[in-house]
Amino acid sequence: MAIYLSKESKVLVQGMTGGEGMKHTRRMLAAGTDVVGGVNPRKAGQTVDFDDRAVPVFGSVRDGIEATGADVTVVFVPPAFTKAAVVEAADAGIALAVVITEGIPVHDSVAFTTYAKTKGTRIIGPNCPGLITPGQSNAGIIPADITKSGRIGLVSKSGTLTYQLMYELRDIGFSTCVGIGGDPVVGTTHIDCLAAFEADPETELVVMIGEIGGDAEERAAAYIREHVTKPVVGYIAGFTAPEGRTMGHAGAIVSGSSGTAQAKKEALEAAGVRVGGTPTETAQLVLAVLAAEA
Amino acid sequence: MDLYEHQARQLFEDHGILVPRAEVTDSSKEAREIARRLGGRVVVKAQVKTGGRGKAGGVKLAADPAAAELTARQILGMDIKGHTVGTVMLAQPVDIEAEFYVSYVLDRAAGRFLAIASAEGGMEIEEVAATRPDAVARIPVDPAEGVTSAKAAQIADAARLPAQTVDVLVRLWDVLIREDAVLVEVNPLVRTAQGQILALDGKVTLDDNAQFRQARWGEQESAHDDPLEAAAAEKGLNYVKLDGEVGIIGNGAGLVMSTLDVVAGCGARPANFLDIGGGASAQIMADGLSVILSDPSVKSVFVNVFGGITTCDAVADGIVQALETVQLTKPLVVRLDGNNAARGRAILDDRAHPLVQQATTMDGAAHRAAELANAG
Repeated sequence: MAIYLSKESKVLVQGMTGGEGMKHTRRMLAAGTDVVGGVNPRKAGQTVDFDDRAVPVFGSVRDGIEATGADVTVVFVPPAFTKAAVVEAADAGIALAVVITEGIPVHDSVAFTTYAKTKGTRIIGPNCPGLITPGQSNAGIIPADITKSGRIGLVSKSGTLTYQLMYELRDIGFSTCVGIGGDPVVGTTHIDCLAAFEADPETELVVMIGEIGGDAEERAAAYIREHVTKPVVGYIAGFTAPEGRTMGHAGAIVSGSSGTAQAKKEALEAAGVRVGGTPTETAQLVLAVLAAEA
Repeated sequence: MDLYEHQARQLFEDHGILVPRAEVTDSSKEAREIARRLGGRVVVKAQVKTGGRGKAGGVKLAADPAAAELTARQILGMDIKGHTVGTVMLAQPVDIEAEFYVSYVLDRAAGRFLAIASAEGGMEIEEVAATRPDAVARIPVDPAEGVTSAKAAQIADAARLPAQTVDVLVRLWDVLIREDAVLVEVNPLVRTAQGQILALDGKVTLDDNAQFRQARWGEQESAHDDPLEAAAAEKGLNYVKLDGEVGIIGNGAGLVMSTLDVVAGCGARPANFLDIGGGASAQIMADGLSVILSDPSVKSVFVNVFGGITTCDAVADGIVQALETVQLTKPLVVRLDGNNAARGRAILDDRAHPLVQQATTMDGAAHRAAELANAG
């Protein structure tokens, strides 16, 4: 089962013929992802050879869906064209659009996430590493060889912290790991993923990684208190971040008293979430919780 | 990017919002001339990107050009919450009859913009919201429709603003969209004794991600206050200067933030945030090291890399190559974990640089880097 992505998923890649698109399409195929086509209006009708597989290029997302039954698209197109690419995918009726592109103007993100909702398209990202259901499918740029299939669900704003936790818990394995992205506006939130993991029979425990900025973690804490019965272990980055400075991610900024790591940690702990002080300590908490459940 | 008040004022004026006559200077002598041009009596306002200027003494009324020069001299160079005042704006005083508050802010949770308006302007909106929540209207704006006259009328009505402000609300939305701002705030928006609606003070934050389609931003780009940040920006590095002694290099914003926390947890203070991204090439590693080593307060450096797509052996090769071009002057603690970690560690062991040491875990490496910084 896992969430959002499985071996049944048929994946298109918008921007497949660009440098990043080529590199990561090859990796996705190697991880077992059923990449059924690329999209590039100027290269429609061509095919691109990836080792042992020839992947067709379609002129539009709609053509790609009609020819292959694709239900997922991974978007690598540059920031200036991302809004149009996502709107096109939503109009074509894609179920899931994973937007890897970093550096998208926030007005564009507001526009396409709002629009996608009206079309029933789930957006993951933007500015995210994508998601992986280990052993089944990988949609994005998460290294597929860190860990295996297992019973932990993971949701995170940060790419490398996701990889770190996947690595620390590689012997247990993961149902699905979702990188929701570090921008101020994202299509899929911690709460969406928590709800999906709660409903997923293969997920026994959820790891939630947050960082400074906004109040998504506080909202997630309130949601957990009301709706999540599975154990949740948390980690928050950015305790030492000074006010008013953006720490790498466009959304990672402490403004006045809001968005601090301390407030997020306290909110999560008040909702019964065990919060680790370091990534390693977080992994140890996960092991302890799983051992206690067994 | 936050704008100075005078830059925000200019954007408002460009979009047809009335503002007081004003000019900017960094010289108290010129302030006298400006005051003369503006009619003698002026308000002298420190230009800093932080709130609470008034309370800090950064906003003063001057009765005549001589007083304007004196006041400008007092305010220029003043420190307001760690910001040194480099310029002052001199503005014509206005006869205020009523003060309002209007802004468009990003509601991250809802993923759209929110109009916030109140008939009680002039003070911090957070204070108004805390003491008199009914006095603050919060109206979500549908991104597909934007703020039309009808929408603006709805906002004004909800906040009990006079009908005259509808035009300003529409134009302010225009500033938000056309200038790719993520925040526009006018506080106070005033009605003068003459019945005009004027933006007396404002705050605008532009979206750094939109720079590629905003040609005019080049002129407004303010230089980095910190010389190390300026040097890092020149090399295209994602670097933020902090106050500590342990230099930090890592890959990925989240991991670097986490690294700062872990170092702080070991009793040392991080000297910077530096995210070298997923690639972590030799050139980026060399650039990052040279910026960090040029920081005189740095006593040790912690390189914290998780090898994903760029594997640890590639990162180790990058460090070894960087050591060819950068003269290492401080101890370097390297933690490589993830894909091909063993091979990466072996490469650094073979290089056997006397100032480079390795740790296998992030927590262990942070302890070592903190020890070295505290000993140095």
